[in-house]
Amino acid sequence: MSGMDRLHDDIMRALDTVKDPEIDTVSILDLGMFESFEVAEHDGGYAVNVTVLPTFLGCPALEFIKQNIIKAVSGVDGVSRTEVGFVFEPPWTSDRITERGEAGLKAFGIAPPRQSEEGEWQIDCPYCGSTYVTMENLFGPTACRSIVYCKSCKNPFEAMKPVSTLM
Amino acid sequence: METPNKQALVDLLLQLADDDFLYSYRGSEWLGLAPHIEEDVASSSIAQDSMGHAAMYYQLLEELGLGSADMLAHTRLSHERKNTVLVERVNGPGYYMETPEYDWAYAVARNYCYTLAKKIRIDALKKSSHAPLASVAVKINMELYYHLMHWQTWFTQLYSSTETARDKMDAALALVMADFGDVFSYGKNGAAIEEARLIEGENILLDRWYAAITPVLVGLGVTLPEIGHERNGRDGEHTPDLNDALATLGEVYLLDTTAVW
Repeated sequence: MSGMDRLHDDIMRALDTVKDPEIDTVSILDLGMFESFEVAEHDGGYAVNVTVLPTFLGCPALEFIKQNIIKAVSGVDGVSRTEVGFVFEPPWTSDRITERGEAGLKAFGIAPPRQSEEGEWQIDCPYCGSTYVTMENLFGPTACRSIVYCKSCKNPFEAMKPVSTLM
Repeated sequence: METPNKQALVDLLLQLADDDFLYSYRGSEWLGLAPHIEEDVASSSIAQDSMGHAAMYYQLLEELGLGSADMLAHTRLSHERKNTVLVERVNGPGYYMETPEYDWAYAVARNYCYTLAKKIRIDALKKSSHAPLASVAVKINMELYYHLMHWQTWFTQLYSSTETARDKMDAALALVMADFGDVFSYGKNGAAIEEARLIEGENILLDRWYAAITPVLVGLGVTLPEIGHERNGRDGEHTPDLNDALATLGEVYLLDTTAVW
């Protein structure tokens, strides 16, 4: 493995340690927020410029995520500077969440956003898997989540809202 | 970008930014006062999203060299503001910190009519000749979907409720429509905005709004009150309500404009 390949692997590993500030079972890679990074020589080391897609525009967690990325990537051997930029093209959509991300959300008690082929929102209870659920409030404790109640196991839970460019 | 086009772009972005800035603020004043706890969560979430939208537009202006987003949001005087009069109106009599007697029917009527107009505009902005604006519109549209669903539900349910609710909604809708004349206006320099193909024409958008709201109103047996044109907020014509809102919004920022909060 060349030095550059190793650096790339190390940066990806560092990015995978950056978790959602409220949901520590998913990283920014799992959520599909990471878009790309560029490396350039800088000051005897490397400057890394990370591009991230914001989920919801008013989300106050974005600044924390940015700081956590800077902290994590700056810890990589050879990196002398880290910058983070948010872009809107391509837009973040919920189908960017990976399978590991879906598992991580469920482990935290949050139903991952799933849409049927017809575009219908499908919510399974993250505790018992039942589809017998009712929407309590489209708007939940954060911009990206709704509050749902499971009629089968009688648990309230949160579901991540599906967003797509077809809306 | 050529100078006349840049001025048109700045005008349009200020209109979009100021609209969501004030809309969000009026929404945030309902915090703790909404009819029930679920609504408190929902409307504050919508207000938060909308402040995010305003921030994006101010950010685009910052990138055009107009000054920082915070400065644009907080230091411009009321006659420099380009928001529609509709979003600056108080929620009702009384002050938030004392005894607010806010009108929920007015909130529902205003928020539904405004959000539907915002949806029509966002769909048009997705095709804007200014690519960064088109990208932001695609993103905002995803969140707007839920806002519109929410306010349309309230609007329909209150109108389908008791006689009292219906009377209150009629009175609220009349107030909203009296201020609606400038919502789709681009102000006195609007021709430049349309010529630069930043967004489609005022009347095209207004017609789309009518086409979208008419089936809802027909279903409820409601006649739309006449649209008033007393002031045009796009040209800096505002009510004293705006001064009070800006004073509260900028209170902390203006204490020390160089501080990092």
